[in-house]
Amino acid sequence: MQEAGCSGLYSELSSFRHSRAVSCHCTDYFWDIQNQTEDRTVDMLSGGDMLIRALHDEGVDLIFGYPGGAALHIYDAIFNQDKVDHVLVRHEQAATHAADGYARATGKPGVVLVTSGPGATNAITGIATAFMDSIPMVVISGQVTLDSIGSDAFQETDMIGVSRPVVKHSFMVQRPEDIPMVVKQAFYIATTGRPGPVVIDIPKDVTDPGQTFPYEYPESVKIRSYSPPTKGHSGQIKKAVEILMQAKKPVIYTGGGVVLGDGAQLLTELAQMLGYPVTNTLMGLGAYPATDKQFLGMLGMHGTYEANMAMHESDVILAIGARFDDRVTNSDVSKFCPDATILHVDIDPASISKTVTAHVPIVGPVEPVLKEMLEQVKNSKLKVHQEALAAWWKKIDHWRERQCLAVESAEGDVIKPQQAVSALYEVTGGDAYITSDVGQHQMFAAQYYHFDKPRRWINSGGLGTMGFGLPAAMGVQLAFPDATVACITGEGSIQMNIQELATCKQCALPIKIVNLNNKALGMVKQWQDMQYGGRHSASTYADSLPDFIALAEAYGHVGIRIDKLSELKDKLAQAMAIKDKLVFIDIQVDPNEHVYPMAIRGGYMSEMFLSKTERT
Amino acid sequence: MRRIVSILMENQPGALSRVVGLFSQRNYNINSLTVAPTEDPTLSRLTLTTIGDDRKIEQIIKHLNKIVDVAKLVDLTEGSHIERELMLVKVKATGAQRAEVKRVADIFRGDVVDVTPTMYTIQLTGTSEKLDGFIQALAGTTILEMARTGVSGIARGEKILAL
Repeated sequence: MQEAGCSGLYSELSSFRHSRAVSCHCTDYFWDIQNQTEDRTVDMLSGGDMLIRALHDEGVDLIFGYPGGAALHIYDAIFNQDKVDHVLVRHEQAATHAADGYARATGKPGVVLVTSGPGATNAITGIATAFMDSIPMVVISGQVTLDSIGSDAFQETDMIGVSRPVVKHSFMVQRPEDIPMVVKQAFYIATTGRPGPVVIDIPKDVTDPGQTFPYEYPESVKIRSYSPPTKGHSGQIKKAVEILMQAKKPVIYTGGGVVLGDGAQLLTELAQMLGYPVTNTLMGLGAYPATDKQFLGMLGMHGTYEANMAMHESDVILAIGARFDDRVTNSDVSKFCPDATILHVDIDPASISKTVTAHVPIVGPVEPVLKEMLEQVKNSKLKVHQEALAAWWKKIDHWRERQCLAVESAEGDVIKPQQAVSALYEVTGGDAYITSDVGQHQMFAAQYYHFDKPRRWINSGGLGTMGFGLPAAMGVQLAFPDATVACITGEGSIQMNIQELATCKQCALPIKIVNLNNKALGMVKQWQDMQYGGRHSASTYADSLPDFIALAEAYGHVGIRIDKLSELKDKLAQAMAIKDKLVFIDIQVDPNEHVYPMAIRGGYMSEMFLSKTERT
Repeated sequence: MRRIVSILMENQPGALSRVVGLFSQRNYNINSLTVAPTEDPTLSRLTLTTIGDDRKIEQIIKHLNKIVDVAKLVDLTEGSHIERELMLVKVKATGAQRAEVKRVADIFRGDVVDVTPTMYTIQLTGTSEKLDGFIQALAGTTILEMARTGVSGIARGEKILAL
């Protein structure tokens, strides 16, 4: 349980966490049943009790889930204790996203509990989301009894099979006594190396409360076929540092790996020691302070003009924890940064030279590699090419003068979506946790909310899952009850997990939903405008949108509508000032706005649309 | 280029499907696949043949290595190695062809392991190329049924694939 949850301001939230503990009728009795064997005391526990006890022993205090037949023994075990809190979501997909948001914000693994069949399959989208973004997560799914597996029993799904392509690993527990070791291994695999989701599928009879077994949680674990790298190769690092120090037009390009690998501080030190420009991927925002002068903004499809131009013209790219995703390279990798020598640091060897060939590959966790790099740069006999660097910065400053993110106010009192994000940035002092859904609003959030700290920007980058934002915000708010958590979303995405407004009510989560309402699937519409002659196939629904204010109120929250630019900041400030309630802020924005810059398909990184009428 | 990859992995349920799933998931090819437990019953050895350029093979090997159940693997085609495949083939053997089939089998050092008045079942071991050659040599006869095991292999010399 988070101690912060007991602060005065959020009494409702903290009382939720507290009342849950009380309502558990927590007798804690079963954990005290002890069986004297020889000179040691060993607890005798059922499979279900062992599972929850093992989670507690693993340091888990919060899980997200939804009960059902095959998971009921486990749910009974939850009822009988007060160490592990359970948050009841309204759809299993939301449980995975909430656990995901919790993991991204805290760095601790998120834990999910669902039942078999539809419970398990509903969780798949969230598991795939976590898998694509390398988020540590453990998903426990109930399963039908061992002897009915394969008989097409009620609510039976082959969860191991269905989840296989989107998990780092999975376990099917065959015997209750295996539970502690399986849990230990699952957390070890989920959190080490390149993190990812791990599924534990547990047949119902394995958690039978009628049978007890000696419980002991393993202190350590070793898996002979799994040995993630713990440091980088010093020789390779040396080679990279030599090239880096002699660069004339360098760029440091970093991704989500720096955030997940807790390398933000070291990255900042390294970049500032060298004086080199830094750009972050969508997943990497916050790893380098966005307000620092060395930051070029995000790169890629909707990256800034200066970031993409600098990448294209660079002679050395230091890529750290980034995977040269097609949203960065723009698909045709033969046109990617033609003059650059590529130094690539990644914990996953399969990410290196997957799309773009690395000249100096370094396999290892970001933190120790950056530490060693920093050390080597400090001790290097080589000096940074100051003259060339000054010329390089001059060029970059010239690109910056283009002000690719400048927004012209619309006619009348119409709000541009970019202005809404900028206003939120100002009102929150840039210090909020921002989750987002997927689409135009996501790009505007990435472009106009300037993240100075890691783990503040929480979005589905790899899979691009609409419906991620609200449940992810729940996970963040539960982890940090006192923090300002805003979900920047759109009227399309928010409806993909809108039922979670009920969970927010039950848990009294004071999330701020910032709905950039353009009455259409904005990004789809933008592509249709640009590539399909403006034929808006299945991307509009203006006549059938709900009244979001009434909807929020129906769930017991506060709804505020903003439709005038002149009122934007004041009303937003009013909404954000409501500290103890969820506020649904429905902002009517210009429906015709596009996201720019936008890479020109199949082109060089230097080729972008800068507005509806300009291109590079 | 054709490659033979040998994998030492945990003899666990699900391990095989993870390996095979990787290939379909990432659009790689498997031409043949053979798997059985080793002298250590907790480990299985899986050998597969696949086709791809160096870049693709490098990716395949990296991704295979990422599978938690995979302990160790080797691309046998990188060095000198021995590869063998076993084939059982039922061939129509009547009239003048009966002697001819036997002769071809002898030339390829195949064994006739089952006989009926109208057919032979021949067992042949060797490289995939040799097995292909035998089938070509049987062109004039009627092949009724065929079963090939897929390639197994081992490195020559001191190199070993073990934990």
